[in-house]
Amino acid sequence: MDLSTAIEIAKATHTGMVRSHNEDSIALEPEIGLAVLADGMGGYNAGEVASGIATALIANETKEAISRLDPHTVDRATGRMLATRLMAEIISRANASIYQSANSQPQYAGMGTTLVAALFCDNRVTVSHIGDSRCYRLRDQQLEQITRDHSLLQEQIDSGLLTREAARRSQNKNLVTRALGIEPEVEPEIHTYEAQEGDIYLLCSDGLNDMVEDADIELTLTSLSANLPLAAEQLVQMANDAGGRDNISVILIKIRKAFPAEEGWVSRVLSWFK
Amino acid sequence: MAKRTLSLDGQVIREYEINKERMTIGRKPHNDIQIDNLAVSGEHATIMTILNDSFLEDLGSTNGTLVNGQPIKKHFLQNSDVIEIGKYKLKYLNDQPAKAGQTEFEKTMVLRSAPSGGAPKPKGPGDTQTTTTNIQAQATHTRPGIPSGDRPATLPPKTVPSVPAAAPAGAAPAAAAPSPAAPSAPAAAGATPGGAGVIQILSGPNAGRELPLSKPLTTVGKPGVQVAVIAKRPQGYFITHVEGASFPVVNGKALDAQARQLEDHDVIELAGVKMEFYLKS
Repeated sequence: MDLSTAIEIAKATHTGMVRSHNEDSIALEPEIGLAVLADGMGGYNAGEVASGIATALIANETKEAISRLDPHTVDRATGRMLATRLMAEIISRANASIYQSANSQPQYAGMGTTLVAALFCDNRVTVSHIGDSRCYRLRDQQLEQITRDHSLLQEQIDSGLLTREAARRSQNKNLVTRALGIEPEVEPEIHTYEAQEGDIYLLCSDGLNDMVEDADIELTLTSLSANLPLAAEQLVQMANDAGGRDNISVILIKIRKAFPAEEGWVSRVLSWFK
Repeated sequence: MAKRTLSLDGQVIREYEINKERMTIGRKPHNDIQIDNLAVSGEHATIMTILNDSFLEDLGSTNGTLVNGQPIKKHFLQNSDVIEIGKYKLKYLNDQPAKAGQTEFEKTMVLRSAPSGGAPKPKGPGDTQTTTTNIQAQATHTRPGIPSGDRPATLPPKTVPSVPAAAPAGAAPAAAAPSPAAPSAPAAAGATPGGAGVIQILSGPNAGRELPLSKPLTTVGKPGVQVAVIAKRPQGYFITHVEGASFPVVNGKALDAQARQLEDHDVIELAGVKMEFYLKS
């Protein structure tokens, strides 16, 4: 099933005003409803390598898996949507691949990457993330952050030490507590949500949300929802106008119409007997 | 590296390096910062430091602790904060990364608790401290030095501590007191040169009406027919086509997909309505 008519995707990525190169990577597979964004870290160009491996591997393997499997079916082993297990397995392979490269090639030692990925199927979206790259959802003109950072600051906010407002003034930004490729195993956080017509999903690296307030992100998405590529460029521009201290990457995904899974004839026949 | 200092009444009497996760301030001699004055409680306050952030907490002292003139229970210290304990004033200076030339510092790093796997132990937050910090204090009677033996090693950027749950003892709602030193990133957006931009409608049913361009983005036009957006940026105001088959016309010339900077008294035509952009000083 080709989702590219039901789902519109736009992206923008920029080095920012301070950094010398862009360590963020993006991969889009509109036909299968997949968007992946990674923010790499590590010396020289290792950050780009790590984020590049993550996005390319996840895009290719997900595409391959979906050609064989129906991600919306229930996985018997876990009782959850198959997409959840699929993403967990693929992310685990991406982790292993980065970890191996980092350990076998000295110039890549210690590289790693954050990750946020959204897979749309059967009127739902499965969001996976590791680290401080985020997914937001705009619904009914309201912006909501639907991922929770794996970062020192988020832990401090959760424990009550910092308010959200105070966290913006912290000197401890950019310290993540989970990343892809740093250890032999990684635990991604994966959740599935109902997707509705009119929703806009934003995947972004911290170069956006560190520089631009949520209220301004919300204003941009509500004002420019009719022109998704312009909205993406506008977000990048706002981050740069505010100083652009880090690489900035955004992916916007707009649900134009419902995208229920197509049932095959076997399941239709089976459903008569239920 | 970063330096943090405390000073008394503007005159530095003593300088302390914040090199511990938890430093105490009080009258009794065992405090890291001893202030031998009866107005100061035996154990008066603590400074908790987690990496580059420091938090001041009053320990239920008799006479209280003020920061920038406001009584506090717990406070997230910002550069130039003035802490008042009794008649003593301590200034917190933190000339941290921020600004230019510090990009290395801002690079994302991963924290983890043990160099190699294993169950992350709930270690104290200070175990991962990277910065050495200075408090220069200036109370009159203070201890000559702070043992620096337990200074934690610098965190290698590549290791991943899974972080110590941050909460120090009694991490109540905390850190609430708003600091006057709050840096505001979007300040740039507010300082648009040449006055505040306004759109005045020149034709149609709303002729004469004014629309102040106070938000970072203002859309004009009719949704579904023709819409343009005016972005307020540090460099000025820019108009861009958003939707509709035809593009906005500025001073008789149609725009393309690119943004165009607006000049004072530019005339815009959009969805059959004429309007004028001007700068109000």
